[in-house]
Amino acid sequence: MKTAVGAKTMTLVQAITDALDTMLNEKEEVLLLGEDIGRNGGVFRATEGLQVKYGEGRVIDTPLSEAGFVGAGIGMAVNGFLPVIEIQFLGFIYPAYEQIMTHASRLRMRTMGHFTVPMVIRAPYGAGVRAPEIHCDSTEAIFTHMPGIKVVCPSSPYDAKGLLIAAIEDPDPVLFLEPMRCYRSAREEVPEGKYTVEIGKGKKLMDGDDITVITWGAMVPEAMKAAKQMKENNVHCDVIDLRTLFPLDKDIIAESVQKTGRTVIVHEAHATGGVGNDVLAIINDTSFLYQKAPVERVTGFDAPVPYFGFEDHYLPTPARIQQAIEKVMKY
Amino acid sequence: MDENGTIDNSEYKEEITEKLAKEFYRYMVRIRTFDRKAISLQRQGRIGTYAPYEGQEASQVGTAIALGADDWMFPTYRDHGAAMTFGHSLRNILLFWNGRNEGCVPPDGKKIFPPGIPIATQIPHAAGAAFAERKKGTANAAIAYFGDGATSEGDFHEGLNFASVFKAPVVFFNQNNQYAISVPFEKQMNTKTISQKALAYDIPGVRIDGNDVFIVYFETLKALERARKGEGPTLIESVTWRYGAHTTADDPSKYRDQSESNSRRQETDPILRLERWMKNEGIFDGEWQQAIEEEAAAEVDKAVAEMEDFPPADPAVIFDHVFAEPTWQIKQQKEEYLKLIGGGRS
Repeated sequence: MKTAVGAKTMTLVQAITDALDTMLNEKEEVLLLGEDIGRNGGVFRATEGLQVKYGEGRVIDTPLSEAGFVGAGIGMAVNGFLPVIEIQFLGFIYPAYEQIMTHASRLRMRTMGHFTVPMVIRAPYGAGVRAPEIHCDSTEAIFTHMPGIKVVCPSSPYDAKGLLIAAIEDPDPVLFLEPMRCYRSAREEVPEGKYTVEIGKGKKLMDGDDITVITWGAMVPEAMKAAKQMKENNVHCDVIDLRTLFPLDKDIIAESVQKTGRTVIVHEAHATGGVGNDVLAIINDTSFLYQKAPVERVTGFDAPVPYFGFEDHYLPTPARIQQAIEKVMKY
Repeated sequence: MDENGTIDNSEYKEEITEKLAKEFYRYMVRIRTFDRKAISLQRQGRIGTYAPYEGQEASQVGTAIALGADDWMFPTYRDHGAAMTFGHSLRNILLFWNGRNEGCVPPDGKKIFPPGIPIATQIPHAAGAAFAERKKGTANAAIAYFGDGATSEGDFHEGLNFASVFKAPVVFFNQNNQYAISVPFEKQMNTKTISQKALAYDIPGVRIDGNDVFIVYFETLKALERARKGEGPTLIESVTWRYGAHTTADDPSKYRDQSESNSRRQETDPILRLERWMKNEGIFDGEWQQAIEEEAAAEVDKAVAEMEDFPPADPAVIFDHVFAEPTWQIKQQKEEYLKLIGGGRS
């Protein structure tokens, strides 16, 4: 849906700021809450300038208490507001796990729709930026496993703005994961004003008939590098950016893997219990007989995300992705 | 009011009326009748595990009657006495204890949250809902109930800190019944009181006799007035006692001497104490008492009948309220399951 006119070239983090600005302007009920988001503009400057523009009453620096302000956000959401909460890094969301698991995600169910939680939790995630320990987690699967919350993860400025606006307008809680590695790594044209990108829809980034590469977030640029390299080797990849991790876009996955019969799934998170396994389940359920080779996964290891001195070994690279593609092609 | 029903606090003496006393008495008898009936229903297998509150009636009725109609209530699983006094449906409360989501739905216009099950997590909710009222510019407030054990949880601190920083209009009402399941107060915390914790947030901390319905009512009113005037939250420690088990699934004699419960029934019981005061004042009438008890029993019996006549669980409920619009997974699972069982009722 687009009602926008004009466009500006911007980074992903600027697109986030633009989305927040657009929605603060559009709906008085929108409140931003988080640590250091006011005067400081957030640790990644995602809320830069918004407190000056909208005041301390709407862009609110909270005490350092993830459970406290996520819990309070639930109370605000139930009482007519649309809180958009910033968690500084996904690795710091765990104190709020209980509030998300036992309340935000199930209040609608508990009360049969009487109380609902239209709240967005934004969290930068992932490794690859030389950040300190615990600042690099990619634990999206903890949240995709929770019934009652959607999990969104854009990889481009255009999608980031459109999906964040869609998340704020969504009647249910949304965890909005921002790949910090992509915050400033690329620019693209982003329409001015309000538009949405539908939650639950993936996007085809490259068309190819030989093999499907499915990924999201910070692994999108890596997968694209691998796919471009493979094209030179005359292997044509169908590259899909899932954009939403719950609910997954079943149709885009099925359509592609039925065409190619070969698949590589790439994610930064640990392999065991990762969202890649849900993608595999969709392939199994929809397209089993179309498969010409076992699906290969390229993921982070089943080890805690290491200190950044080791992160280049931990993160999937274009070389590892290419190897997986070659293995599946040769099967 | 002391154990003999003598008013020893002159502050509120003038405000105590016969009408108020009779209202408190009626509501306390009503919720005790409900509680005893619920335990008996559980024993007969007619509802599930049940958390009784007998002994805490003054704390629950005194607070609930102090609330304004547009205020918010955040109860725990042991505060349905407060919830029903504030206007929740008795049938729905029984449905909740019989495993039905329908029981979490309050009557129209009643801002009663579903019971907090994880300990202390409702405290930040109340802070947030109160913060929202202040933001809207209303004079409405919120009350959060929690027990002594809850004060050891992180959410207690985070909620009180948040509310005090933003001067949220909320009353943090602690029922210190002196046991968190089996762990006694002195093993729960090193502080001598719970009210002293208010100092850490620079908010008023009040410690009251939680079995004196008058002081519960007046102190709650006072805290609500502060909240409505924009002066922020208050922590009230209401010292009380649960006579029975944590839930029908445990046996209190395993972890404490239940003779204490028996002596407290004779000495500090909230209903008996009010009865003594009313007798001292010459306003207690045996026929009136009997009528009150009969009225409560009839109301509870009616609620039990309504709960038992309620339509059986519709499996569609599992799927229909996860999201505003079901995702494809939920649609598919619902369709497959309903087909498997030969069609649901919706």
